[in-house]
Amino acid sequence: MNILLLTSITLIYLAGVGYLAYLAFRRTKTAADYMVAGRNAHPYVMALSYGATFISTSAIVGFGGAAAVFGMGILYLTFLNIFMGIFVAFVFIGKRTRVMGFNLNAHTFPEFLGLRFQSRTLQGVAGLVIFFGMPLYAAVVLMGGAQFIAQVLTVDYNVALFFFTVIIAIYVIMGGLKGVMYTDAFQGSIMFIGMSLLLIMTYAKLGGVVHAHQKLTDLAPTAIQIFGAKGHTGWTSFPKFGSEYWWTLVSTIVMGVGIGVLAQPQLVVRFMTVKSNRELNRAVLVGGVFILMMTGVAFTVGALTNVYFVEHPNFGKISLLAANKVVDNIIPLYISNAMPQWFTALFMVTLLSAAMSTLSSQFHVMGTSVGRDIYEKWIGGKGNTVLINKLGILVAILISLSIAWGLPLFFEGGTAIIARGTAIFFGLCAAAFLPMFLAGLYSKKISRISALAGFWAGLGSSLFWILFMHLSESRSLLLCKTLFGVDSLVQGTKWEVVDPLFIGFPLAVIVTLVVQIFAKPPVKDHVEKCFYGIK
Amino acid sequence: MLGLGDFWVSLVFILMILSTILCVVYGALNWNKEGVDDAKLVAEEQKWETEEKGIEEKL
Repeated sequence: MNILLLTSITLIYLAGVGYLAYLAFRRTKTAADYMVAGRNAHPYVMALSYGATFISTSAIVGFGGAAAVFGMGILYLTFLNIFMGIFVAFVFIGKRTRVMGFNLNAHTFPEFLGLRFQSRTLQGVAGLVIFFGMPLYAAVVLMGGAQFIAQVLTVDYNVALFFFTVIIAIYVIMGGLKGVMYTDAFQGSIMFIGMSLLLIMTYAKLGGVVHAHQKLTDLAPTAIQIFGAKGHTGWTSFPKFGSEYWWTLVSTIVMGVGIGVLAQPQLVVRFMTVKSNRELNRAVLVGGVFILMMTGVAFTVGALTNVYFVEHPNFGKISLLAANKVVDNIIPLYISNAMPQWFTALFMVTLLSAAMSTLSSQFHVMGTSVGRDIYEKWIGGKGNTVLINKLGILVAILISLSIAWGLPLFFEGGTAIIARGTAIFFGLCAAAFLPMFLAGLYSKKISRISALAGFWAGLGSSLFWILFMHLSESRSLLLCKTLFGVDSLVQGTKWEVVDPLFIGFPLAVIVTLVVQIFAKPPVKDHVEKCFYGIK
Repeated sequence: MLGLGDFWVSLVFILMILSTILCVVYGALNWNKEGVDDAKLVAEEQKWETEEKGIEEKL
């Protein structure tokens, strides 16, 4: 690829990020500016920041590649991303979170839970869950971004990892959530342009919408010949009911939507950054269209790459085989072969934006967890709030960088552990936070003791399931093997594939409901304060 | 439909577009609704309470 073109586009992009970071730095004065962007973010900025944080590089490259294997059935994930991740999240959760967060003067998600249930310990422990759970998840994105940069710019992986982290660190530490959200909106806009062009150019290349789909439909016999035994019926039809591919696809969709998304601290905090519900109404419009153009385009184009590779004289085979069976290579291979050079450079910046927007929010939320929730509120530490949170973010970044750099280097199974980071964090959030979060938003009767009981039950059971039962995590984390000599305590049974979320979440709900029967009702004044202005 | 292979994939195309339209229509219809700034609301309420107290004291 033309290195001059690539360098120029990257420099223009970095200059844009730098300018916005400076702007955010100038506009950040108070603790509220630093943690909740002064509670006056523009709806466009809020929506794009939410969307760009939601969509990481793996949603485009990883899941786009998966679409090339499983076909367009994976678009159910896009439908649920839009319906649950935007519409339900903003209208039914966001509005209440915003009003209640303002009533309680909450600055972070753990602080919101702690103040809602009047427990500083809860705030501190929730902060701990984020601080210990999230670095692995951040390491996944960090490694992905660094590998991508190293590959495209042909630089050393460690150098890419270091500079990539430093650039994000500067604007997150200097600009706080304003820095994160301004750059997110810029990066989200680039992602929107990049993905829109990708869709248009792909359909144009394959002869138009219907023609492209028809060509893919006509490839069904090839799909059945290769994957038919596993239940594949073609790239424009759903796998055979009950087959291996059907289960994989359905569980991916269910898990991908991840009810955990509704309780992701870095997303929930966005709801508290706008000054009225009107901004959230407007953000629904922007967010819905944005997500359609992200995963909707990635999955459609991912599936259609099969037509391109089969028809291409140099390949003449399906995408998975063209990419030497490496799913993550399908989208980059398609871009570098099918698209003009200028687009390849633009797409590189698109993917860079996706990785940076997700990472910046992760760093910010981890930092405020240790600075605000653990040090200031739980331990009762004193000092300049903004400075404490800056130090918290620095610590979080150093830990994430150490994991991404050191774990694979010094520990043989390090990469395997990091690869499970997203699943571990989502599982923990769904089980520990979601039941009490929803109950806190919708029930005036929920007591502190029942919310806490549900929290501990969800956290404990999902941790236990991750460490000792769910094979894909317990095998990588090695604790079960060290203590009991086996990869999973339920190895060989169907339980080994049951996701921690399916155990922890229902258990947390049941425990909350059972304890609620015996619990004293909460103090009326506090409940009224929480629900003030909520209809 | 649209050159797609079966009912379920055709359905998801429709659902995907409909859910986006739902977001767009919801956003457009409520574009100017619920625009009360909480900070102003609370400040007004506090001002009102202070005035009320003042009147009570005078009485």
